[in-house]
Amino acid sequence: MDHLDELENQSVFILREAYKKFKNLAMLWSIGKDSTVLLWLARKAFFGQCPIPLVHIDTSYKIPKMIEYRDKIAKEWGVTLVVGQNKKALDEGMNHAKGRIVCCEALKTQGLQQIMEDKGYTGLILGIRRDEEGTRAKERYFSPRDKNFEWNFKDQPPELWDQFKTTFAEGTHIRIHPLLHWTELNVWEYIDREKIPIIDLYFSNAEGKRYRSLGCAPCTFPIDSQARTVPEIIEELKSTTVSERSGRAQDQENTYAMQKLRARGYM
Amino acid sequence: MNDTVQLSNLSTKLMRLVIVGHVDHGKSTLVGRLLADTDSLAKGKMQFVQDICDRQGKVFEFAFLLDALEEEQEQGITIDTSQIFFKTRKRSYVIIDAPGHKEFLKNMVTGAANAEAAFLLIDAFEGVQEQSRRHGYILKLLGLTQVAVVVNKMDMVKYDPEVYYRIKAEFSSFLNPLGIEPRMFIPISAKLGVNVARRGDEMPWYKGPTILEMADQFEKRPPQDHLPFRMPVQDIYKFDPRRIVAGRVESGKVRVGDKVVFSPSNKTGVVKTIEGWSVPTPPAEACSSQSVGFTLTEQLFVERGEIVSLADQPLPIVSTTFDANVFWMGKRRLEKERNYTLKLTTQEVVCEIVGFRKVIDASTLETLGDQDYLVKNDVAELTIKTRQPVVFDQFGVIAETGRFVLVDDYDVCGGGIITTYSPTAKKDKLRDEVRLRDFHWAASKITPDQRAYRNGHRAALILLTGKAGVGKAVLAQLLEEKLFHNNFQSYLLDGRNVRLGVGADMDNDRYFGDGEAVRRFGEVAKLFLDAGHVVISTSNTFNQEDHSDIRMLAEPSPVVEILISDQPRTHGEVDIVLTPEEAGKKSETVNKIYNYLKDKKILVGHNYSI
Repeated sequence: MDHLDELENQSVFILREAYKKFKNLAMLWSIGKDSTVLLWLARKAFFGQCPIPLVHIDTSYKIPKMIEYRDKIAKEWGVTLVVGQNKKALDEGMNHAKGRIVCCEALKTQGLQQIMEDKGYTGLILGIRRDEEGTRAKERYFSPRDKNFEWNFKDQPPELWDQFKTTFAEGTHIRIHPLLHWTELNVWEYIDREKIPIIDLYFSNAEGKRYRSLGCAPCTFPIDSQARTVPEIIEELKSTTVSERSGRAQDQENTYAMQKLRARGYM
Repeated sequence: MNDTVQLSNLSTKLMRLVIVGHVDHGKSTLVGRLLADTDSLAKGKMQFVQDICDRQGKVFEFAFLLDALEEEQEQGITIDTSQIFFKTRKRSYVIIDAPGHKEFLKNMVTGAANAEAAFLLIDAFEGVQEQSRRHGYILKLLGLTQVAVVVNKMDMVKYDPEVYYRIKAEFSSFLNPLGIEPRMFIPISAKLGVNVARRGDEMPWYKGPTILEMADQFEKRPPQDHLPFRMPVQDIYKFDPRRIVAGRVESGKVRVGDKVVFSPSNKTGVVKTIEGWSVPTPPAEACSSQSVGFTLTEQLFVERGEIVSLADQPLPIVSTTFDANVFWMGKRRLEKERNYTLKLTTQEVVCEIVGFRKVIDASTLETLGDQDYLVKNDVAELTIKTRQPVVFDQFGVIAETGRFVLVDDYDVCGGGIITTYSPTAKKDKLRDEVRLRDFHWAASKITPDQRAYRNGHRAALILLTGKAGVGKAVLAQLLEEKLFHNNFQSYLLDGRNVRLGVGADMDNDRYFGDGEAVRRFGEVAKLFLDAGHVVISTSNTFNQEDHSDIRMLAEPSPVVEILISDQPRTHGEVDIVLTPEEAGKKSETVNKIYNYLKDKKILVGHNYSI
């Protein structure tokens, strides 16, 4: 077993635990590389099926190509897609100009909260990774959120020997993070090995730019890159010292922006 | 911002290291220093931390590279464990920074449980402290014995070798009795980077490895393929015509065509296929730490929680009682006469603590008198009793199936390893006997189904229970007759007859004293059941527990219990309750039982004519 096999087997184990222990489970699909790898791993775990519905939070500001790709893959792979949107906030004119943190909370966090309440989900699978940023490095595989959607990062449950927190009080829910132990490079190496079809926004365009991380159009910026293929991206990542989320404006709003966003239920 | 530069791990495996030790002894500083000195930090990260320090009017601290939470930076302590990636020329690492404050022991455990080797840090100036010892003990309980001790802040003691040797002697005498032999004691200054990534000239008297050199010398845990095969059933999938038994191989390996045993049900089957998706060819074998799924040549009803092993290898233990070493992290005490959930592999059972054999203050190794409860952060040797049988191995034999967690309310509050098991309880011995018997039973070429078809009924055991003189014997005789006259194979097995013949070698004390009467009676009944009969039994000498033992011996044949009693209180296993008056209306009652057996599809009628 090589390292990618180890990562894959651990993620499959976690997905199967989640599927067994949560009656009402959903998986968040941001259309990006991580959650698409997660979807692929679910098909591995369940021998070709994805018995878990996929939730996409559509802020309406996503890069248009993302929606196109989402609908195409959902159809081809026969997955159940649930789209959530905070229509009230959008009707009231919410956008990033009102403040990036405010906008993220309204359109992403509250959008997610609404669909979870509607559907009664008690378990939510997300593709976050420890190497993305500092607060995610402290996450658990099974991470509880209280009834106000909040993450109590100061009092997290112990997690040992792959015994996870799968019981919880009424009104609370659990976030499940099967990719927590992967790195950005692992994700690309796995995409390469498995030949997973990834949205082409990640590849260098005619202007010599590509997205390294995907989000809403107004707050996500491409990087300079000549990498046009998955192997070229892998080569590029091996020598870079720039962080993955440097093109994500909300992270840079203030020193503890991500901690504050995530404590209140952000992904 | 991601915290580290990218690592390629395609060819090399990752080594997971944890850094533990007392609060303020410099764990986060060491990790920060390691990252900085191995160029593992993202561009701008050092500057980012410098800016935070400037804004808060603090001197630059390497620890801020890991302590990402605002509260951590303000208070200067690590609250939760962090995992950071870095690499040396030899290989890649995940370095787990565990908190040292007593308050956050559960976070330390979370970090250390996921590591393969540990650096245990001690402040040269403060010396061995409470958490130094407690963390040492916890490492031992987690099975993490690949440990190097780091004597940090040598700059604060002017790099004095006396200090180093004193700490080495003191801490060795604590660790060695636990079975931990530190690979090395490394004197360093994390703050100044001495003996971390580079060897300084401050301590010419130290000839051993630096932190980085030591890290490269730790060994990866080898695959557990050589051990007996164990796969806890995680789930059964029926998304399509395949019925897939899914789970992770914890040890050993399994191949297509292997005969497998499920415990505790003792069901057996043969592996037909090992399934895969998006793989060029279906796998022929599955090895340890693979999450797999297989189908069987014949469909079996098995459930999550059973452990699959190979028929020709040692079986796991099945028991309701065992001894364990437990550490406790709960806010409430661990105490007797309360129920906890025990989670072991994919099994979940209710358990209680029946004995506190030795309670230990983990920071001093002092035994706490006759204490029969356990408070947060302490450890104990316990005897645990579970409501249903649990399948396990001793921790020293197969670690993955020899450890468990205890859940109080909604949270994991304790962890433990199973140290010893000896089948002292009568029930355990009987269960072991049943398993041995089932595996080695020479099966007839005539199947139970064929016998049932011929006889017009399935084999079953009917137990008539109740106090002496309520009319059991008469009823049993009438039932035997009724079945016989309807062309069914019925036999009234009298306990006295078993005693007179099969039990003739023992005196009364021995025969009735330690469950031997029950065992022999049950095994004789088992033979009749194997022959396809409806066995009717009545005995005044057997009590409630005995009947439960007889059930175990008779399984998987159905057991029907008919209790004659005027007491409203009954236990869960009774099928029919009759008052003595009802039992007195003999033919009516016999018909009632007869109809019940028909309803239960035990009597199905003859489908053939001669």
